[in-house]
Amino acid sequence: MRVVIMGCGRLGSTLARELDHEGHHVTVIDVDAAAFNWLEDDFQGATIVGSGEDVEVQEAAGVPGADIFLALANGDNRNAMAVQIAKHIHHAPRVVARIYDPERADIYRQLGINVVNPTTILDQMVRAAAFGEDEPSGTIS
Amino acid sequence: MYIIIVGGGKVGRGAARDLIEMGHEVCVVERDANTAWSINNELGEVALLGDGAEIHVQRAAGMSRAEVVVACTGRDQANLAVAQTAQTRFNVGKVIARINDPRNERIFRALGFHFTISATTAIVNAIEQEVSAGLTRLTQLRSTAFILAELVVPHLAPAVGCTVRELNLPPHTVLALVIRADDQPEIPGPNTTIHAADVIIAVTQPQHESALRTALTGES
Repeated sequence: MRVVIMGCGRLGSTLARELDHEGHHVTVIDVDAAAFNWLEDDFQGATIVGSGEDVEVQEAAGVPGADIFLALANGDNRNAMAVQIAKHIHHAPRVVARIYDPERADIYRQLGINVVNPTTILDQMVRAAAFGEDEPSGTIS
Repeated sequence: MYIIIVGGGKVGRGAARDLIEMGHEVCVVERDANTAWSINNELGEVALLGDGAEIHVQRAAGMSRAEVVVACTGRDQANLAVAQTAQTRFNVGKVIARINDPRNERIFRALGFHFTISATTAIVNAIEQEVSAGLTRLTQLRSTAFILAELVVPHLAPAVGCTVRELNLPPHTVLALVIRADDQPEIPGPNTTIHAADVIIAVTQPQHESALRTALTGES
């Protein structure tokens, strides 16, 4: 599959390396060229310096024609805008955005975007680790 | 009317000043403390310190009772986020977004935001107007397929001396206003004569723009 990843931090670079090793065609976008140091020397994919929420940078990264676009930069606003450009302008069939704010994650879900919300996930994991079987409030769903 | 302005830079502060003068209730959400302080100093206690893209800040600003939200920070991704949360979460009736990079106009339109302000586009249009006798697209009329266009009739244009009836106007096109060389406006009828240097405001559709330009300026 053709995968374009915006944001080459810990998460973006980990996914990029994994997907690359699995044989996917990976392109990584980051505003900071130094971020590509997170990738290993044997990384076969492409790297592009630029803003992932820039319609032309997405074009250069091959978002039109990509199967999957992942917005994993650090800002919710940037990720939300980037996936919507990928989806509505470049017609990427599958887009995923990391949105830290749980409330905004819900809004973007309503707008038809696949959202991963690390805050809710970590909240549940931390509670499970802390309370184990003794979870008092029973709010884990 | 209660109006929330997100972004208290030159644009946001200027808008707030005018809207307050017009008698509206205004809240300016600004994330820089110094800027917020300076706005309060000038305009009274209207600034709310915080990131206007954050929902808890929007709630604190009373966005659910706002009739208009203006997203006018210097960052398009923030303006889009504000516009989308205002509409989706708080059901704000009218959302106006500022676009800093004109290339982002496409995504705002694709997501249904037709009330946008773009200084860059306005400046580029003004420059185009000065350097060419062609057609300038003034605005899209809400979300219809119609646009408002402005043309200047060149001195040697074949339209000079013709009446509106005699012009070869494309379909779905109406000449709305003729501004004469002495700045006198005139609402044209079929028998109005076109003069050189007239400025013409027309309602048309994008696909008929070039035919309209040819009819009035002779340029293809």
